[in-house]
Amino acid sequence: MTEAEIKDKVYDIIVSKMGVNKDQIKPESKFSDDLGADSLDTVELIMELENEFDVQIPDEDAEKIGTVQQAIDYIVKK
Amino acid sequence: MFEGKTAVITGAARGIGQAIAWNLARGGADIVLCDIKEDWLAETAEGVKKAGRKVWCFELNVTDADAVQKAFNDIADTTGRIDILVNNAGITRDGLLMRMSEEDWDAVLSVNLKGTFACTKAVSRIMMKQRSGSIVNIASIIGLMGNAGQANYAASKGGVISFTKSVAKELASRNIRVNAVAPGFISSKMTDALSEDVRQKMLEAIPLSRFGSPDDVADVVSFLAGDHSAYITGEVINISGGMVM
Repeated sequence: MTEAEIKDKVYDIIVSKMGVNKDQIKPESKFSDDLGADSLDTVELIMELENEFDVQIPDEDAEKIGTVQQAIDYIVKK
Repeated sequence: MFEGKTAVITGAARGIGQAIAWNLARGGADIVLCDIKEDWLAETAEGVKKAGRKVWCFELNVTDADAVQKAFNDIADTTGRIDILVNNAGITRDGLLMRMSEEDWDAVLSVNLKGTFACTKAVSRIMMKQRSGSIVNIASIIGLMGNAGQANYAASKGGVISFTKSVAKELASRNIRVNAVAPGFISSKMTDALSEDVRQKMLEAIPLSRFGSPDDVADVVSFLAGDHSAYITGEVINISGGMVM
């Protein structure tokens, strides 16, 4: 999967989980401040990323994923 | 009132769990029965069928968190949804503290408290996606009062009560309610076996001066499971004939 494809898929997941429009999402968007995620939303999002990309994201890594770009970078690295 | 809803009950083979399964089935719910041995569930399953509801039986050891997660995924795949979870599976290993073995402590805490944790965690993922659900935990008045000879059981049920309140706060924003019931003395093979003398003493402590029936408990569980309690979460309801107020 290319980085662009990963980015697309991450955006789709955010749209379905957070109930925001795709054009509201920017790479630097913070889940909690900019996209209105509460703590459960963030947990759900991480779980959904694990499912969709078939990766395990340990808690200590999950804590470091605060923005959309950080999520994409993490998946790309894996 | 439960038409189109699916309820999962652990420890459903007999006693209070069986009464809860039948009570929810009479209310119109389809029922998933769980117990440590699947073939123990035949009688309960028969009763659910008689009420005209669908029934599925799952062998489940609630102390094995990984197995619990797998089982709940299987259940959700089979039934399509889980609207109600009743954490009923529980055991006793009574004995005075000075003679209580580590095994007896661990066994009771594992089934009663860790089992409730494992099942609640597993179902929470499913209910979060649904944006609805009701979880009812079976605690005990012993978890509030304590009881000589039941330090392990009391600790486990007290734990279930504070677990209930914590998880109720965590999941409330997703329209998932979590409540507990705390039964007092409920008629069972155990209370039937008591001597007349002991029975009399116990009854003197109960203002309504009778033992509860499994259905007394099941009626309150159905209330908490359903929409009549839509504005109640994190609550513990005593079902003790007034023994605890």
